[in-house]
This record gives sequence, structure tokens and C-alpha cells, in this order.
Amino acid sequence: MSQFTVNLLFVGGSFLLYILIAVWAKAGTTKDFYVAGSGVHPVTNGMAIGADWMSAASFISMAGIIAAGGYASSAYLMGWTGGYVLLAMLLAPYLRKFGKFTVPQFVGDRFYSNSARLVAVICLIIASVTYVIGQMAGAGVAFSRFLEVDSTTGLIIAAMVVFVYAVLGGMKGITYTQVAQYIVLIVAYTIPAVFISLQLTNNPIPALGLFSTHTDSGVPLLTKLDEVITALGFHDYTADVDNKLNMMLFTLTLMIGTAGLPHVIIRFFTVPKVADARWSAGWALVFIALLYLTAPAVASMARLNLMTTIYPEGTAAEPIQYENRPQWIREWEVTGLIEFEDKNQDGRIQLYDDTSEAFSAEAAARGWEGNELVVNRDILVLANPEIANLPSWVIGLIAAGGLAAALSTAAGLLLAISSAISHDLIKSTINPRITDKGELLAARISMATAIVIATYLGANPPGFAAQVVALAFGIAAASLFPALMMGIFSKRVNNVGAIAGMLAGLVFTLTYIFVYKGWFFIPGTNNLADIPANWVLGISPLSIGAVGAMFNFVIAFGVSSVTQAPPQEIQDLVENVRYPRGAGAATGH
Amino acid sequence: MSAHSYESEKYWKANLRLIVGSLIVWAAASYGFAILLRPLLAFIQIGGTDLGFWFAQQGSILTFIVLIFHYAWQMNRLDRKFGLDEE
Repeated sequence: MSQFTVNLLFVGGSFLLYILIAVWAKAGTTKDFYVAGSGVHPVTNGMAIGADWMSAASFISMAGIIAAGGYASSAYLMGWTGGYVLLAMLLAPYLRKFGKFTVPQFVGDRFYSNSARLVAVICLIIASVTYVIGQMAGAGVAFSRFLEVDSTTGLIIAAMVVFVYAVLGGMKGITYTQVAQYIVLIVAYTIPAVFISLQLTNNPIPALGLFSTHTDSGVPLLTKLDEVITALGFHDYTADVDNKLNMMLFTLTLMIGTAGLPHVIIRFFTVPKVADARWSAGWALVFIALLYLTAPAVASMARLNLMTTIYPEGTAAEPIQYENRPQWIREWEVTGLIEFEDKNQDGRIQLYDDTSEAFSAEAAARGWEGNELVVNRDILVLANPEIANLPSWVIGLIAAGGLAAALSTAAGLLLAISSAISHDLIKSTINPRITDKGELLAARISMATAIVIATYLGANPPGFAAQVVALAFGIAAASLFPALMMGIFSKRVNNVGAIAGMLAGLVFTLTYIFVYKGWFFIPGTNNLADIPANWVLGISPLSIGAVGAMFNFVIAFGVSSVTQAPPQEIQDLVENVRYPRGAGAATGH
Repeated sequence: MSAHSYESEKYWKANLRLIVGSLIVWAAASYGFAILLRPLLAFIQIGGTDLGFWFAQQGSILTFIVLIFHYAWQMNRLDRKFGLDEE
């Protein structure tokens, strides 16, 4: 059976499973569509949050970024897990007690203002659409490889599948489908990692293999990896970073962004009790950690495997002939995500860091005229089993897993976008008398619109999937998180303060991002090149969300302190969300 | 429920103390051991690299899990102690 057929079987089989579950648990009422009837057990909910959370960014893209960056990219690992601590302690239990459907609804009620609600809707849409761009980019990579088409065709297929999938069910369908997706994606991520860890270190647990001895050379795996890549001019994998401020701000941005992302918060409305909201956050992190503890192992092992594929006789000897390149390189070349250019016309693949000053003399002495192999970082996890020569069913499995990750998150995000538009915008502001049916229709139209925009921008994404997603976190971190936190922990912050804070955080962060990444992410419209030398105080656009959040807090407190305190009933509301007793089911009105 | 009673005030203070304590550990494991203090801890070697690298790629994540479960467990005790748990 050809690899293509195996891929189709695995991808098709897993899709069939999700669709069957979605049909079985079809959303009947508006409430089902949004929150799944508040009857989900913390462990089940934790697993669904895990699938919702771990997107194409975590599954497809993150290990590739870590493989390229080494220690410096650890911010992704810490940031995307540490946010759950904030969520469990600062937001989830209180928002559950508050008991409404959507994040803008809380903002609107707590800050007793429809304008606040509207600003929250805008923040939510901008953050979520940016996030979906990253998903589409990742799903496009996966589809293009496994259907053996170029990356744009892959992207368009991905968009159609996401649309059909997200429109079929609401949250109720999604909760159980996402449990299935979690299982598919974690199995798919872990199995190849176990095989590769065994091959390289003889340790069946990848997370431990990362710190074990490399069997072939007898030195620790990370030492071996450092030796191999520094011999080719790349920077040391485990080396410390110079710009610690940027690394800390980036980690902080991802953490508070995690806690401020509406599609994750909405999950905590679906647990029966306040106590369950806390447990759900814990279980979600356990399920997420299963992947996140394996990811750094995948990153370093795949990087080492890639190097030994190109330099089978060691880095001092000549690399392989282009003609003799392995099958996986040939197949990825079809997608355009691996490119080879024989700059010195010797028929061999020279893979090295041609930007390294220190290495340029050696490269010249060896007759090398530039790096000849460009590997898109987003393909590393998907190509990983092929690089390690694993059986074809493992390759089919990772295809299914990658698509599960991209689809589950895209669906969750689209749901958050559509509920913000239909529920917070249309029903509460524009047309309060809209019927349930009309509201569902509006929800579906907004989903479709969001997909079209995300697909258009996903064709030329402003970075690798995980980097685009990181931008979405920055936006959520700067706009929504501070408003939610102040809404619970301060009785003094009022409507004017919250609106000023959210707008300041959002505008500041978006401007900083657009200046480097292009206005509205349209390629070529950036004012400054996105390189460290141009960044203010060395702060990258990926890390700016934390600074935006600080502005948000300061401005909200400042403005509130010179304007009128919130009315007594709002102060009572804040008091009320702080105590678990009396939490009913979530309501929409 | 009495909104401003002395007891519920105590419950909220206890919750805040627990949060602050947890966040100190949270920051120490990530911003501390994994980033700022990495050079100071570099003498502790782990599998070809140092402790800070381990904290950055695995240790911090494990710390976060322990923190959330500890918080959830402690809060359940507080809820019951102050009679604020859900029936």
C-alpha cells in the first residue's frame, strides 16, 4: 500500500470518527451551541480543553521552532503552560461563578457598559482571527504534504474542511469530539517520539531521553547535538541567551495571553461547579504537559536526525549527494516547503549557517558558497517519522494527529468569534428581538467570514504557525486579561477606566506588531524590518503583549481613580463572584 | 449570603495569601530558575546541560501542575471551612 493511501486511511478514519460524534451530539438549542449544558466532568473537560488548546502551533510548529532556537525558544514551553496557573487562580473559578456564556458578557456586566462589551468583542475578534491565521497556516502545511499538493491548494482544502466541521456542531458536539481529538493527537505525537528516543538513546520515554546518553557516540544527547551543529556554524543549542528581558517578556506575554484567550475561558463555563473549574484547569495542564514534556525531546532529536541525514559520515566529511537524497526530502519538495539550490554546483547538499561570521572562513576553505537547503520549520514534526525511517502507519498517524490539532482549535476559536458576534453584538446591541434560529444563522455566517479572512492571510502568514499564534496571545494579553482580572480583584475599577485600559493595551500592542509585521498582516506594509536591531529596547513584536498589558492596568487604575466609583450593585456583584456558594448553571441573560 | 461579613472577608484574604504564595513559586520556577538565575545554577549539570535548561524545558511545567492541584485542594478546604462551598 502506498504512503498516500495509508495517509488517506488514517486521516479519513479519524475524520469519520469526529463527524459521527458531532452528529450524535448535535447542538439542538442555542444554549447547547455555546456551552454544552454545563454537565461536563472536570477530567473530560480537561481533556477537551487540552485538544482545544493544543493547536497546529503546539503540534505541528512548536517543536520545529525549538529545534531551530534551542534554549532560547523555551519561552513557548513555559508560556503556554504557565498561563494555566493564572487561569486557575485568577480567572476561571470566578468567571464560572459569574455564570454567563461569553467573555464580553462578563466585561459588559461588570463594567456596566455596553461600550465596554463592544470593546471586548473587538479585542476578542482581533485576537481570535489572528489565532485562526496561524491554524490555517499549519493545517495548510499538513494537507499539502499528505495530499501531495502545493501549499496554497493545501490551505484552501484546509479552509473548506474547517468550515464544514465547525458549522456542523456547537460546543456540545465539540466537547466530545475534542476528547476523541485529544486522544488521536497525543497518541500521534507520542508514538514517533518513543521510536526515535529508543533509536537515539535507548530510553522509551522521550522526556527522559532528552537528558540521556546518545547511544552511538556515548556522550549525552544534548552534548552531541551541540557538537554537530556548532561544527557547521549554527549557534549552540543549549547556550544561554543575551537578551533575557525579551525572553522574560515573551514568556509573560504567552502566559497572560493563555489566561486571556476567550476560547479557553469559555470552557470553564461548562463545568457544573466552581470547584470543578479549578480542577479542570489542573487536568487540562496534565493533558497538555503530556505533549509539552515530549516536544523539547522531539525538537532536539529531530534536529540531530536531520543533521545526520545530510552528513552521514560526520560534519567533517562531505554531505550527501543531492541525487541520493532520501525519499522524504523528495516528497516535501513537492510542497515547496523544502528547497534546494546547488550554489557551488558540486551536486551535494551543504546545510550550514551561512550568516555566521566565525564559520565563513571554514566554509570558504571547503568550497561552500552558501547554505543550499532551506527547510520550513513548520514541517519538522510532520517529517520527523519520515526522517527517522519509521513505518508508514506512523506517518499516517502523525498526519491525522496534526489535522486533529489544527481542526479542534480552529473550531473552538470560530465558536468564540461567532458567539461574540451573534450573542454579544447582534442580540444584545443591534437586534435584541432576534430569534434563536436567526442567532444561529448569524453565528454561522460570522464563522464563514472569519475563515475566509484567515485563509486569505494564512496564504502569506506573518511568521511560522507558532509565531502567528504567539501574536494572537500578545493581543489577548494586552486587552482582555487585565480587564477580566481587574473586574474580579478590584471593586474600584469602573467603566471608563476599563474601556480606556483595554483600548490603550490593544492599540499599543497592535501598532507595535503592525509596524514590524505589516499593517493588518498584509505582507510588505511594515514600516521597519522585523530584526532585533530595530526593536525598541530589544523587545520583539512577539513579546510586546506583556508591555501592553502593563499599560492597560496602569491606565485603567489611573482613569478609575479620578472618575466615579462603580455603583453599589456592581461592587456587590464583584463581592458575589468571589465566593463559590450559590453558583447556578450558566445563563445567557 | 452576607456580602460584607467578617467571615467572608477572612476567606477572601486567605485566598489572596494562597494566590500570592503560589505565584511566587510560579515566578521562581520560570522567570527565576529557567531564565534569570540560570547562570548561577549552571554548576548543577543534568544530561549534557545545566539545571536552568531543564527548568526551562520541563521543570517549570511540572511545577505548574503541582501548583494548580495544590491550590484547588487548599481552596476546597477553605470553601468548606468557611461554609462557602456549593451544596
